[in-house]
Amino acid sequence: MNSLLATVDPLYNHGVTWAVVLIVVIRVVAAFAVLMGSVIIMIWFERKAISDMQSRIGPQRWGPFGLLQTLADGAKLFFKEDLIPAGANRLVFKLAPYLVLIPALITFAIVPVGGTLHIAGHPVLLQVANPPVGILLMLAMSGISVYGVMLAGWASGSKYPLMSSVRASAQMISYEAALGMTIVTIILVTGSLSTHDIVISQGQGIWHWNLIRLGIVPFVVFIIAITAELNRPPFDVVEADSELVGGFHTEYSSLRFALFYLAEFMNTITMSAMMVTLFLGGPAGWVPNVAHLRWLFPIAWFVVKTVGFAFAYVWFRAALPRFRYDQVMDLGWKRLIPLSLGWMIVVAGFLVAPAWGFAMAAVVLVAWILLTRAFELGYTRERGVDSPLPVVGERPLPGEVLRAITDREAQ
Amino acid sequence: MIAIAYGWPDVLVFATAALLIVVGALGVIATRHPVHAALSLIMTLFGVAVAFVAQSADFLAAVEIIVYAGAIVVLFLFVIMFLGVDRDEGTRIEPLVGQRTLAALGAVITVAGLITLMARSHWVTGATSVSTAGVPLAHGSGNVRQLGTAVFTTYLFAFEATAALLIIAVVGAVVLARREQRRDAEDEATSSPSDAPTDLEGSER
Repeated sequence: MNSLLATVDPLYNHGVTWAVVLIVVIRVVAAFAVLMGSVIIMIWFERKAISDMQSRIGPQRWGPFGLLQTLADGAKLFFKEDLIPAGANRLVFKLAPYLVLIPALITFAIVPVGGTLHIAGHPVLLQVANPPVGILLMLAMSGISVYGVMLAGWASGSKYPLMSSVRASAQMISYEAALGMTIVTIILVTGSLSTHDIVISQGQGIWHWNLIRLGIVPFVVFIIAITAELNRPPFDVVEADSELVGGFHTEYSSLRFALFYLAEFMNTITMSAMMVTLFLGGPAGWVPNVAHLRWLFPIAWFVVKTVGFAFAYVWFRAALPRFRYDQVMDLGWKRLIPLSLGWMIVVAGFLVAPAWGFAMAAVVLVAWILLTRAFELGYTRERGVDSPLPVVGERPLPGEVLRAITDREAQ
Repeated sequence: MIAIAYGWPDVLVFATAALLIVVGALGVIATRHPVHAALSLIMTLFGVAVAFVAQSADFLAAVEIIVYAGAIVVLFLFVIMFLGVDRDEGTRIEPLVGQRTLAALGAVITVAGLITLMARSHWVTGATSVSTAGVPLAHGSGNVRQLGTAVFTTYLFAFEATAALLIIAVVGAVVLARREQRRDAEDEATSSPSDAPTDLEGSER
């Protein structure tokens, strides 16, 4: 554990020299360039993949395979008129896009992209920063980006964006709890908050990846919760275009809209990278013994895994229908939070001793039975035993019941 | 003189944090718009987080942002937006008579207490001396271990009592909210709405 803690970020050691500052500046610029470049590719990739799944061609005009379509869109947005609605709260309206963009940029800073390099005698971690709070920075930043979405919707001074911002705040807060508890299980196993340590502790092979080491459950909870945090389909009730026009950014145009768009795709990439970091060992993988190129393979592994998750997000969007708002809340509060809490307790038990682990599993099982019974009682008490309306989400749906009643009356 | 004792970077960080905290706190009480006041509160919380980091309390700083800025003020904003009180408020009318006098009195007592503490003992904790019983103060990741040990051994009772208090508050809020709903349903059933008691119910909440 001490060897892990020894590789702290040089910024946190006292006695900062110009070399250290230069390395930090280079890392920041490089990370920014990589993120921007990957956003351009990600937008193209998403549009191309979605069109393939929907039997369309997709972007094709600009550049080979339509690769420059994103740049063309960017140039168009840049020259569009920037509108601020008359009923808008001008200060907050202008502030909101940055509150989404800046957390998206900062979160990428803690993702370990590769192993440790040695440049001119300085050990260089291939991540912008390795702060002691580590993974908590991600939670903090996702907490801040809620404000961007919320205030954008509110400051527009328009009905649909306001509804969207109320939905956004409720949804993101609800899923943050489940997200936090799965992260706690990872921290328990690692014994450190730092993303660098989390990656190192998974480095001894595929059986040490958190995906397998913690059981599959935390990973499943995490991927669902993070999709909800990102407001991506199937959890995009916040910008549901069939209900809310465009959601919180309905009233935004030109560059301000581009910032929201940019932040959304940046977050998608960062969260794919974060899942790789937390559950798939980050840059861990098979490294062949090639002279001078050994450092390249961890980066390649990292990119391959991240692209896998990025594709999964596109796939979700093409394949899954959007959740209803009440289903989103139901899944978050009644299923994911109890599940992640129970799993965390069991993992903590097994970390102390197997006997404790099984005891905790028994406790969680009893709690689960009680909770199921409580939900059942709650439903019957709320709706009445002989209510014609069924439990939410079960067939027949309320609309079908009404249809049956009107049909019966018509006869 | 301060710079000699602490070094310029520390003073600069402290000045930034203090500026954020004070300007934010003044903004909370000076702006008339509830949403702007909430935003000023976030600014104060960020200032406090910076101050925590400067004191090597990284974990507390992260928790400050996650819990207070990331959850509690979001809920404030949620309520402000949901109840539609997001407009300028007149501050001339005093809704609760005597509230301002009492508030001024409370402020005077607090400030007097703080000054007494500063004069007589260590000014943050009220302890007359600071000792960590030979254990050096932790930096970085050590924060979590040290805090965890303190919370789950020395201060276990206070910790559990707080947990119980929070649960009681949540259950109480749920019970109150549901009772209101049921009464509304009964009112609709008997269809005799009376305007007089609704005011009282509102102030109870």
